[in-house]
Amino acid sequence: MTALTSLTLKAALDGLKAKQFSSMELTKAHIAAVEAARPLNAYILETPEAALASAEASDARLAKGEAGALEGAPLGIKDLFCTKDVRATACSKILGDFQPPYESTVTSNLWRDGALMLGKLNMDEFAMGSSNETSAFGPVVNPWRIAGSNKSLTPGGSSGGSASAVAADLCLGATATDTGGSIRQPAAFTGTVGIKPTYGRCSRWGVVAFASSLDQAGPIAKTVEDAAILLKSMSGHDPKDSTSLDIEVPDFASFVGKSVKGLRIGVPKEYRVDGMPAEIEKLWQDGINWLKEAGCEIVEVSLPHTKYALPAYYIVAPAEASSNLARYDGMRYGLRAEGGNLTEIYENTRAEGFGAEVKRRILIGTYVLSAGYYDAYYLKAQKVRRRIADDFEQAWQKCDALLTPTAPSAAFGLGENSNDPIAMYLNDVFTVTTNLAGLPSMSVPAGLDAQGLPLGLQIIGRPLDEGTVFSIGGAIEKAAGFAGKKAERWW
Amino acid sequence: MAIDAATVRKVARLARIAEPEERVEALAQELNGIMQWIEQLAEVDTDGVEPMTSVVAQALPLRADVVTDGGDAAVVTKNAPKSVDGFFVVPKVVE
Repeated sequence: MTALTSLTLKAALDGLKAKQFSSMELTKAHIAAVEAARPLNAYILETPEAALASAEASDARLAKGEAGALEGAPLGIKDLFCTKDVRATACSKILGDFQPPYESTVTSNLWRDGALMLGKLNMDEFAMGSSNETSAFGPVVNPWRIAGSNKSLTPGGSSGGSASAVAADLCLGATATDTGGSIRQPAAFTGTVGIKPTYGRCSRWGVVAFASSLDQAGPIAKTVEDAAILLKSMSGHDPKDSTSLDIEVPDFASFVGKSVKGLRIGVPKEYRVDGMPAEIEKLWQDGINWLKEAGCEIVEVSLPHTKYALPAYYIVAPAEASSNLARYDGMRYGLRAEGGNLTEIYENTRAEGFGAEVKRRILIGTYVLSAGYYDAYYLKAQKVRRRIADDFEQAWQKCDALLTPTAPSAAFGLGENSNDPIAMYLNDVFTVTTNLAGLPSMSVPAGLDAQGLPLGLQIIGRPLDEGTVFSIGGAIEKAAGFAGKKAERWW
Repeated sequence: MAIDAATVRKVARLARIAEPEERVEALAQELNGIMQWIEQLAEVDTDGVEPMTSVVAQALPLRADVVTDGGDAAVVTKNAPKSVDGFFVVPKVVE
C-alpha cells in the first residue's frame, strides 16, 4: 500500500494506463494514508466516499480506453476552491458550513480530465499568512523535522495543507493559490515543487477572493514534471473571469527535460539580503553552478526596487482584501451574529467571524483607501508597483529567466514568528515581486540545510514563458538530486 | 500620519468590525508599526509614473447582453442564515 502513495503523479498515471493497478487501489491507499496522517492536520475535510465513487467511474473509463489526462489520480484541494456541495470555508469561521452550489473552474478542469478529490486542505484564513497559523482549523504541521528533534515546524503558508499533504504522500498533487508567495514558500519549506503561473493562466472563478489583481492558482507537486501535468489541466480561458487569458495552453510537460543550453540566467543582486543564512547563499551558488554546467550563461542583473515590493504589497493586497471581504456581512451565507441594529449585526458578525490577521489586514486596507489617504498610500503603491514591473522589463533585455532563493530561511517552529507581523511578512520578500508583476515563478527543492530541512530555489520567467521555467526547473531538479528525498515518517 | 485610538475606532467602524475598547490602543500600536514600515515607499521617485492597476495589458472583454443564468432562488438561498420561500430574511432596515 505504501508503494502506491509514494508514486509520482506521472508514474501513477502510467501505472493506471498499463493496468498495473486500479484507481480504486490507488485511491484506497491514499485514503488510508490520509487517515493515518491526521496529526499533520493537512486535511480539514476528508471525502473518502466521493473519492471511491469517482475511482470506480475512472476505472470504468480506463477499461473502455476513454481515460482523461489525469484519469483516476487522487488529488487534494485547497479549501479556497469552491467545490460543489462540499464545504468550502477558506479556513475562516465567517463562512461557517458554506456549501458552494457551484464548482470552481480550476477544479472543474481537473475533474474534466479524470482526477478525483480526497478532501479539502488546510490553509491560512483567506490565504492571509505565511505559516498556516491563522487557519480557523489550527496550524498544519510540516512532515519534515530538524534531525534529532521532535519540535513541530510550519509547512509555510498560506498553502500549508497542500504542501504538507504532497510532501507526506497524502495525495499525488494538490491545488494551491499564490497572492504573495503562498504556493512557493510552502513548497520550499516542504521539499515540494510549486508554480505560480502568469497572472491570467488559471481562472479565478470560484476561488475565494483575497486580492484579485494578485491571486493566481497553481499546483504543488512531487516533481517538476508532475507540476507541469497538473498546470496544463488547471489552465485555460474562462469567460467567467474577465482577467482570464484567451490563449493556447502549451504542453508544459514537454519542456521538462529540454536542454537549457544557451539560456541566459539573470542573478539579481538585490536578492542578497542582510541576515540571509549562509546556507541559502550557498544553495543559490550551487544552483548557479548547476545551470552553468548545463550550458547556461549567467548574467548579473539589477532589480533596484526589490526592497519596496513588500511594503507596496502590504498596501495593494489589504486594500483589495478590504473590498473583497466586504461581502461577508452575515446576510446571504455564513455566520450571522446577534446585534441590536443592522450595523451592530454587521460589526458583531465580522468581529466573531474573522481572525486577528484578517481583521488587521482589513483595517489596514480600509485605512489606506479612506478619504484623505488614498493618494498618499494606494496610488503611491500602484506607482511603485509599476516601477517593480519595469525593473523586470529591463532585466529581460539581458536574460531569459531569473534564479533566486525562494525564501529567506528554512521552515521555522510553529509559534516562532506569530507575535511580529512584519517578521512574518518578510517570508515573502523573494516571492512577492512576481505577484506584483504577474510573472510565472516556480520553487524547486534544491537541497537540505545542516539541520536536515529542505530549501528551495526560485525560477522567474517572462510573462507566459512557463515553458522555460519548467526546463530550468527540470535541470535544477536533476542536478540537485533531491528526487526521492522524503521526510522520515513520525506520524 | 500616526494612527491614534480615534483613527482605529473610525476605521473599524468603516470596516464594520466591532473592536472592544480594550483592544483599541494595542491595535493602534500594531497598525502604526506596519504603516511606519510602509512609509519607506516615500523614498521611491514616482513622478510621472502611471499607476499599475492590472498586470494584464488587455481591455476588459464585453459579453453579449443576454440572460445566461437564473431562476435558481432555492439554490441561491441554500446557504443563507435565514431564508423563506427563496427570499433572504434580513434584519429590519427601515423603521
